[in-house]
Amino acid sequence: MLNIASSLKSYFTPSYSWVPSSNTKQDDSIYSKQFAGKLLLRQEIPLDDPTLNELLHNNLFTTLDSIEKYIWGHRCRRCGNKKKHLFANIPCARCNHTHLYCRKCIEMGRVLECEPLYYWTGSSPTWLEQEEPCGWSGELTRHQQVASDRIKEMMIKGNSELLCWAVCGAGKTEMLFDGISAAIKLGKRVCLATPRADVVRELLPRFRIAFPNTEIEALYGGSEEKQGAAQLIIATTHQLLRFAHAFDVMIIDEIDAFPFHADSSLPFAAKRAVKPSAATIYLTATPRKQQKRRIEAKTLPTVFVPVRFHGHPLPIPKLQMSFTLNKSLNANLPPTSFMKWYQHYRINPNRQLLIFVAKIELAEPLVESLISLHIASGKDEITSVHAADPDREIKVQQFREQKLKLLVTTTILERGVTFPSVDVVVFDAGHQVFDEAALVQIAGRAGRSPDDPTGEVIFYHSGKTDAMVEAVHSIIRMNRKGRRL
Amino acid sequence: MYCLWCDEEILVEVNWTNFLLPDRPKQLCEACEKSLQRIEGAICKLCGRPSDVEVCMDCERWENDAGWKGVLTFNRSVFQYNSRMKEMIARWKYRGDYALLEAFRETIIKTFNQTFVQVRKDTILVPIPLSEERLFERGFNQAEALANLTGLPCENRLSRIHTEKQSKKTRSDRLATTNPFKIETKIDRPVILIDDIYTTGITLRHAASLLKKHGCPKVYSFTLVR
Ligand SMILES: [Zn+2]
Ligand SMILES: [Zn+2]
Ligand SMILES: [Zn+2]
Repeated sequence: MLNIASSLKSYFTPSYSWVPSSNTKQDDSIYSKQFAGKLLLRQEIPLDDPTLNELLHNNLFTTLDSIEKYIWGHRCRRCGNKKKHLFANIPCARCNHTHLYCRKCIEMGRVLECEPLYYWTGSSPTWLEQEEPCGWSGELTRHQQVASDRIKEMMIKGNSELLCWAVCGAGKTEMLFDGISAAIKLGKRVCLATPRADVVRELLPRFRIAFPNTEIEALYGGSEEKQGAAQLIIATTHQLLRFAHAFDVMIIDEIDAFPFHADSSLPFAAKRAVKPSAATIYLTATPRKQQKRRIEAKTLPTVFVPVRFHGHPLPIPKLQMSFTLNKSLNANLPPTSFMKWYQHYRINPNRQLLIFVAKIELAEPLVESLISLHIASGKDEITSVHAADPDREIKVQQFREQKLKLLVTTTILERGVTFPSVDVVVFDAGHQVFDEAALVQIAGRAGRSPDDPTGEVIFYHSGKTDAMVEAVHSIIRMNRKGRRL
Repeated sequence: MYCLWCDEEILVEVNWTNFLLPDRPKQLCEACEKSLQRIEGAICKLCGRPSDVEVCMDCERWENDAGWKGVLTFNRSVFQYNSRMKEMIARWKYRGDYALLEAFRETIIKTFNQTFVQVRKDTILVPIPLSEERLFERGFNQAEALANLTGLPCENRLSRIHTEKQSKKTRSDRLATTNPFKIETKIDRPVILIDDIYTTGITLRHAASLLKKHGCPKVYSFTLVR
């Protein structure tokens, strides 16, 4: 009975007790840096068989079952997958048996039932001792300073969680420097995980400048560095699937963002990647219901940064009803009220314009019709972009350099990208892809620069939705909070 | 059911035709199904690619070469090698997502049976083998997995000498290489060679010429994509 009960419990709430406790003895062997805190497939260990066997023999590596078996199902220990349809059978030529493999995490190398995961149980790595790791000397605003102090306190203390609720454009990276510096001084290992590879690429040089003597590595699908052997790791959340009990400090950026929000294997991996004594900091501009509930119940310590680094309030979206919206969009035309606004009422026609649409299929036809309506003179002024667009990065870069006047986009540009001076409109803001978080993020694209800290945001819709109303409320609330503090 | 490719849930509409006799569950969602292109209509009668001319340029080159003329009677393939198919084959073969083959099962069987209805009775299926190293790496031979779908007798009569990855070579590199196969046992009956991809046709022709040299009267080939 006891067995079934504990088995049930560990099936529903994953425990990570199967991860061997790490060896606290420290040394500076290359292996401990390279392998400590990693959960690896055989092909991810670049050692020949005799070398690996010797390490296993000396208990420096330990093998673990890769798939947990329960009477009623399975769980992949690397990605946490429990879904039946994401396991399949393979007549395996390695062991000549037919058995399970995990389909969920197969893009990172296949987890076969017949093969173990390898975990380093040798000594822990030591890192360079530093008196003052941080070379950044900029100044924080009053609000940033409050958050920075809290973050630092948590990182030193460990054993804690902290949510940092900072508006779009609050300058969150700078708020982390002080805490990370203190953690590095204490010899802690730090990971900053973010959902998007472009953010990793953007952050890496900034951290290299801020922490010039610290070993820093960037990990993302297709990154040059694959080792994950540094003290400070900046990674996409997917990369956490290769770690177990590795970090003393974990910072998870955009906790509410797709795919972290939608893919249950990422929270599973994030929890496993930290040591039991770790400090975990969550960053978000738009917390989800689940997190808001915990904030209200005061079970998740929270610090607010309600003001942008330049001190100006967030632009408040205008809701513009259009009875003919669907008719217009079905004909690949912009709403009539948009035309009126664009031609007569725009406050600053020199700004660039970001147009958000709900569906990819609308993007390119809309570009065509905006040209024929003389909103743009031609393809040198306007283009469209979507998730699977191979030229996505180039187009975004062109827009950032103000080579384009207008950009039609799907929700992929809702977050993470900063343009200095834009107005933002959403066509069919009532569509289900635009939930509250998405709309707040979209509105947050405007007014990012101190040189042009305002910007117009208009949601065109054919009927108000809760998401729109909530988004506006939450922006107003944040502005109010910012005035008060 | 969930789509084998994108993992979207597939909702099955129950109506009076499938109320009592449920359809075989769909393996791909509608969008993914649509992204695949079957090879239908006019094709090159030799290599089986979509073509307006009876024999395509590539095949003409093969047939004008005395060394290769008639080595392969004809090839037929199920799908075009479009960008989605490239992604799917990469996950199936290189990542080793064995179950993905189920997405193509019905179409493969249908195309195979239509193509080989006259000859299937006394032919033997021979999958293009992998080297031992490659087989260990992938965990399965994709050509053998394909062959097993047809229900016909399938025999490993060939073996492969380990060389570097085909995909890293250029066309001229591949044409210049010596025959990578070895024959294990002779066959005196017609053979249908099975492989996942017909690209230049060199791999299949190497296998075919070796079989013929050892007494095989006729060699056809069948691949998932062309
Ligand atoms: Zn898995
Ligand atoms: Zn096996
Ligand atoms: Zn041809």
